Amino acid sequence: MRWGEIIRRLVLVPPTLFGVAVIVFVLLRVVPGDPISMMIPPGASQADIGRLRALYGLDQPILHQFVSWLGQVVQGNFGRSISVRQDVLDLLLTRLPATIELTLLATLIAVVIGVLAALVGILARGRRAEWAVDGGVGVLLAIPDFLWALILLLLFGVLVPLLPISGRIDPQVEIDFHSNFYLIESLLTGRLDVAAALLRHMILPALALALPFSAIIARLLKASLVEAEDQDYAQIARARGYSRPSILLNEVFPNALIPTVALGGVQVTLLLGGTVLVERIFSYEGIGNMAIDAVINRDFPLIQGLVLTFAVLFIVLNLAVDALVTLLDPRLRHG
Amino acid sequence: MADIAVRAMAAPPSRLLAGVRRGGARLWVGAALTAILVLAALLAPILAPHNPLEQDLLSAQLPPMWMHGGDGAYILGTDSLGRCVLSRLIYSAQTAVIVALIAASLAALIGVSLGLFAGSFGGWVDQFISRLIDVWMAFPPVLLSIVLAAVIGAGLTSVIVAIVVVDWTRFARVVRAETMVQLTRDYAAAARAIGLNRSKVLRLEILPNLVPLLVTLLAVEMGIAILVEVILSFVGISVAGDTPTWGSMIAEGRQIVYQAPWIMALPIGCIIVSVIGLNLLGDGLRLALDPVQRS
Repeated sequence: MRWGEIIRRLVLVPPTLFGVAVIVFVLLRVVPGDPISMMIPPGASQADIGRLRALYGLDQPILHQFVSWLGQVVQGNFGRSISVRQDVLDLLLTRLPATIELTLLATLIAVVIGVLAALVGILARGRRAEWAVDGGVGVLLAIPDFLWALILLLLFGVLVPLLPISGRIDPQVEIDFHSNFYLIESLLTGRLDVAAALLRHMILPALALALPFSAIIARLLKASLVEAEDQDYAQIARARGYSRPSILLNEVFPNALIPTVALGGVQVTLLLGGTVLVERIFSYEGIGNMAIDAVINRDFPLIQGLVLTFAVLFIVLNLAVDALVTLLDPRLRHG
Repeated sequence: MADIAVRAMAAPPSRLLAGVRRGGARLWVGAALTAILVLAALLAPILAPHNPLEQDLLSAQLPPMWMHGGDGAYILGTDSLGRCVLSRLIYSAQTAVIVALIAASLAALIGVSLGLFAGSFGGWVDQFISRLIDVWMAFPPVLLSIVLAAVIGAGLTSVIVAIVVVDWTRFARVVRAETMVQLTRDYAAAARAIGLNRSKVLRLEILPNLVPLLVTLLAVEMGIAILVEVILSFVGISVAGDTPTWGSMIAEGRQIVYQAPWIMALPIGCIIVSVIGLNLLGDGLRLALDPVQRS
C-alpha cells in the first residue's frame, strides 16, 4: 500500500518539474535585467545588442523561447551558459558530484553526532549530564550553518591552521579521475592519500552543514526515545530484568528511529539548501557556489538548469526518505 | 446580621513588575543587547571615531590597538583600504536595524493577516492559504531570497522585499493554528454569543491573546532578517557597494583572512551577539507577557 503511494508520487514527478520550469522561465524573463546587459561593454551599438539577443534567442516571444528550450532539454541539451560560455549540462555534471559528496559527508557526520547526543541524553535522563547535552544541542541549533562555516573557518583554518579553507582539492594534486566523484572514486580505487587530501578540504564545510542538522536529529530522536521508553513493552522488558542500555538499544531505539527518519529526513533538503552559502564561503566548487554566480550574472540557461537540478534533488531526497521509512517500519512494509 | 468586613483589598501587585519578574534574566540580557544594537545604529555619527568610508591607504590592515603593531587611532584596526573597522561595524548596525525593523514588521503584518483569515474562515479560504504556505515553505529560504534579491536588483528595498516575501509564512502558519485553538475556547464563543461580529471577535478577543506569541515571533524574525541581510550582502547583492554592512565586511575579510583575521571575526561577533540578544529578548518578553505559562 505504502509502495503504491511512492509509485504514485513518482508519476507526479514530471508534472512537478514542468511546473518548476515554467515558473523559473517566466520569472526570469518578466523581471527587469537580462544577461545581455551584463556582458556587453559600455557603449555597444544597438545593432550589436540586437545581434547578441538574437544569438541567444532572447528576441523571441517567451512562449516560443520556452517551447524550443523545453524541446532541447527533453533531448538532454540544456543550452549554453552565457557567462561561462560552456555547455550547461557539462557544467552541472562537473559540479554536481562535488555537492553530492559534500552533502553525503555532512549527513553522515550529522547522523553520528545527532544519534550520539540523543543516546547520551537518554542514558543520562534526569541527571545533570542530560541538561548539559540539551543545552549543547540548543546552541548547535541556534547558530545557522553559514555562521558555523565562518566560525569554523576562523577557528580551524586561521587561528589554529589545521585544515585548508578553500577549494575541493590542493592544486598540486594530480587529478586524473574518471568521474567527478573524486572522494568516492579515490576510496574505491584505494588511493587513500588522495582521499585524505579531499577529506581535509571537505571536513570544515561538511561540519558546518552538519552541526545544525545534527541538533535537529538529536532533538527528534531523544523525544522519540523518551516516548518509546515509557511504553509498556519497554517497562515489561525492564521488569523481566533486562538492563536499561540493552533495552534502549534493542527495543526502544528501532522504534524511535522511525519518526526520527520520517521527520528528520525531510530536513536533508534544508542541508542541501545550505550548501549554496557554505560552498561559497569555502570556495568549494559545487553547484551551490555556481548558483550564486549564475544568479548574479543573470545567466538564464545556467539558472534554469540549476533550478531543475535542485528540484530533482529535492524530489529524490523526499522519495528516498519515504522509501527508507517504509523499509524501517514493518507496519508499512506489510500494510 | 453578621458584619461584613469592608476593607480595601490589598493593592494588586503591579502587572508590570510581575511581568518583569517573570521575564527574568533573559529579558534583561536580551533587552540590554538589543538596546546596544539600536543605540549603535541611532548614534552611529556620534559614536564612530572615523568616517566609515574614509580611506587611509598608508595605514591599511592595521590590527586592533591591543595587538602588536596596532594604532591607538584605530581601536579595532583597519581593513585593506585603511578604513576604520570600528566605525564600519557601528554604521553596519544601521542597515541591520532598519532591515530588521521594517522587514520583520511587514512579514508579521502580512503573515498575521493571512493567518487570522485562514484560521477564522476555514473552508476553502483556509485550504487555499494553507496550500500556499506549504508550497512556499518547500523552497529553501536562503536560495529563494538570493534569487529574489538578485532578480529585483540591489538595494535596501529589495533586501526587505526578499525577506518579507520569504518569511511571512512563519507568522501565517503559527497564527492560523493558534487562531483555530483560541476560537474553540469559551470566551470566543461567549463573545460571539453577545453579538460581536467576526472581525470584532478577532480584533478584540483573539488578537490580544496572540500578543505574547507574536512578540516572540517578531523578535526571532528580526534576528532572521539580520542574518538574511548578512547573507545577501556577503554574496554581494544587498545595499549599494559603499554602504558598510556586516556581510560585506565578512566578504572582504574572507579575501585576506590569513593576513587580517580580525576583519572577518569582528562582524561575525556582532552578528552572533545581535541575534542572541533578539532571541533572548523574545523569550523574555513571552515569559513576561504570558501569565499562563505554556511550555
